[in-house]
Amino acid sequence: MRREGSPWQGLGPVMLKELADHFSSARMRVLELLIVLTAGAAVFIAVGRVRELVAEDPFVLLKLFTVDRAPLPSFFLILGILIPLMAIGLGFDSINSEHNRRTMSRVLAQPIYRDALLAGKFLAALATIGVSLLSMWLLIVGLGVYVLGVPPSGEEIARSLLFLVVTLFYAGVWLALSMLLSIVFRSAATAALVALGLWLFLTLLWPMLVPTIAEWIAPPDIRYQMLGLQTPATYEWTTILLRLSPGTLFSEAVVALLNPQTRAVGPIYLEQLQGAVVGPLPLRESLLVAWPQAVGLIAGTIVLFVAGYIVFQRQEVRA
Amino acid sequence: MSEPVITARGLTKHYGDIAAVDKIDFSVAKGEIFGLLGPNGAGKTTTILMMLGLTEVSDGEVRVLGHDPMRNPLAVKRRVGYMPDSVGFYDNMTAVENLTYTARLIGIPPAEREQRIRAALARVRLLDVANKKVRTFSHGMKRRLGLAEIVMKRAEIAILDEPTSGLDPQSTAEFLDMIEELKREGVTVLLSSHLLDQVQRVCDRVALFQKGQIVLMGSVTELARQVIGGGFVVEVEAKAAEGTGLDARFGAIPGVLSVERVSDGRYRLTADRDVRPEAARAVVAANGSLYQLQVEVPSLDVIYRRFFENQAATGQGVRDAA
Repeated sequence: MRREGSPWQGLGPVMLKELADHFSSARMRVLELLIVLTAGAAVFIAVGRVRELVAEDPFVLLKLFTVDRAPLPSFFLILGILIPLMAIGLGFDSINSEHNRRTMSRVLAQPIYRDALLAGKFLAALATIGVSLLSMWLLIVGLGVYVLGVPPSGEEIARSLLFLVVTLFYAGVWLALSMLLSIVFRSAATAALVALGLWLFLTLLWPMLVPTIAEWIAPPDIRYQMLGLQTPATYEWTTILLRLSPGTLFSEAVVALLNPQTRAVGPIYLEQLQGAVVGPLPLRESLLVAWPQAVGLIAGTIVLFVAGYIVFQRQEVRA
Repeated sequence: MSEPVITARGLTKHYGDIAAVDKIDFSVAKGEIFGLLGPNGAGKTTTILMMLGLTEVSDGEVRVLGHDPMRNPLAVKRRVGYMPDSVGFYDNMTAVENLTYTARLIGIPPAEREQRIRAALARVRLLDVANKKVRTFSHGMKRRLGLAEIVMKRAEIAILDEPTSGLDPQSTAEFLDMIEELKREGVTVLLSSHLLDQVQRVCDRVALFQKGQIVLMGSVTELARQVIGGGFVVEVEAKAAEGTGLDARFGAIPGVLSVERVSDGRYRLTADRDVRPEAARAVVAANGSLYQLQVEVPSLDVIYRRFFENQAATGQGVRDAA
């Protein structure tokens, strides 16, 4: 049976309301604080190192995002942790709070489809993260130019903006996941706990488990072990399994975009390096290197959002 | 009866093997107040949600203002206002902000918005708290805000789910007055309630639910006549000289079904219409003195209970007085 009327009716009002909620909420205050601190930390971490390391690097500005100074991690690694937290924080109670406040049936009795409610909430949260990221980016670039005294090149701007886009989709994966959980679980606390649990599992436990699982799937070859090398099959499985975690996809894509020297992510064989010219790749080539990872993140966002959409459409309005 | 605005034919809703609503038929005419009454869990809310397209219809069909709510829910929801039971609002927003959000969702043009919101809030007497956060509102105030939403929407049909449950007697009376006010403006009202007596006075017609089925439908007096046998009980307190046979005189009034002498000088007449004038005339004709005369429309509670007693006694099926 086909339904009539536009699924987008009401999308604008829902999105505006949710945006207003996000921007006026206490969560946003915390996020703003995090943004300023992270941006400040990124510049602080990078500046000293950049001066001593790469006086003549054509991509000095990008170093601000990737350079670390032990024991502090680099900016994009901080983001890798911060972004899931932000996304979970914005999404974990998006749908179940409407049930708990008993506003769901009243809102859905207005001439809108559920599509508009779900998409509006998703886009508003994504826009909130986008605004935060953009302000972080402006702070870093501004501070970087001020401190380093080097104007950014067009390619640097393009690369760092692409980095923002990838980061946004990384946020999208976690946002779609936390919204899915907020649809499945009526209690916001449960949804938040499950989302944080999944996040901890994927960032902490998964990398520890993966080598064991990979060895179980493809047992290491004794010939390689004698030489102290990893078996290629085992190593490939390790990378494949690690890439199930959005964090891995994110850092691989970001490294390819922010470090023009990156020629490949994952295993490289010696014969592939034969005849290679050392030097930065053009933007188009770097984009090609990062493309599979970026597509992985986009696909993850879409799959999780669609899963949430299906569950939400089938859900009974009544609490 | 004018043309129906809501019709249901064989409307059914299954949750797994359980039929929450089982093949119900009814129609609501334009401008009437129709009550869906019955205990909790009898299928009233499910019926309402199906009319709004908020839950899927398992079988049968329902038409609201000529539209199929499953196929064209937006057209239905544009013209129908709905107040759910335990209606909720966004606590951190004011009454006006909450209504503004709804107005945007409905698509009320910005130029009209403010004026319509203020008019609606004035109607439900919430204008003085218009800019207070809903967090501070009492239960009854939230109900009234829910009604304001329907007024603002200029809905042709207002569907109110349990509008009076949890309200104190005074708020209930006020709320019922507001519902009657809606009716005077030509709005068709469909309300559900488990408090049969409370809503009895505003409903033109009622449908009594039991286990997902409509067991009785019609106006209260129709149902009383059908179930109890007489719709009206007239109590007469009169004194007359011995031997004038007041009992017999009352019994002779057309429409009186039975006469019962409660105590000395007090009589209970069961009749199928209001026989107070005739009863008074009978007392006067017997040269007696009339002290008190009152009519009592049987309460829906009584009708409902009596119906099930009858049913248990005779094992008869569903009756329909519509």
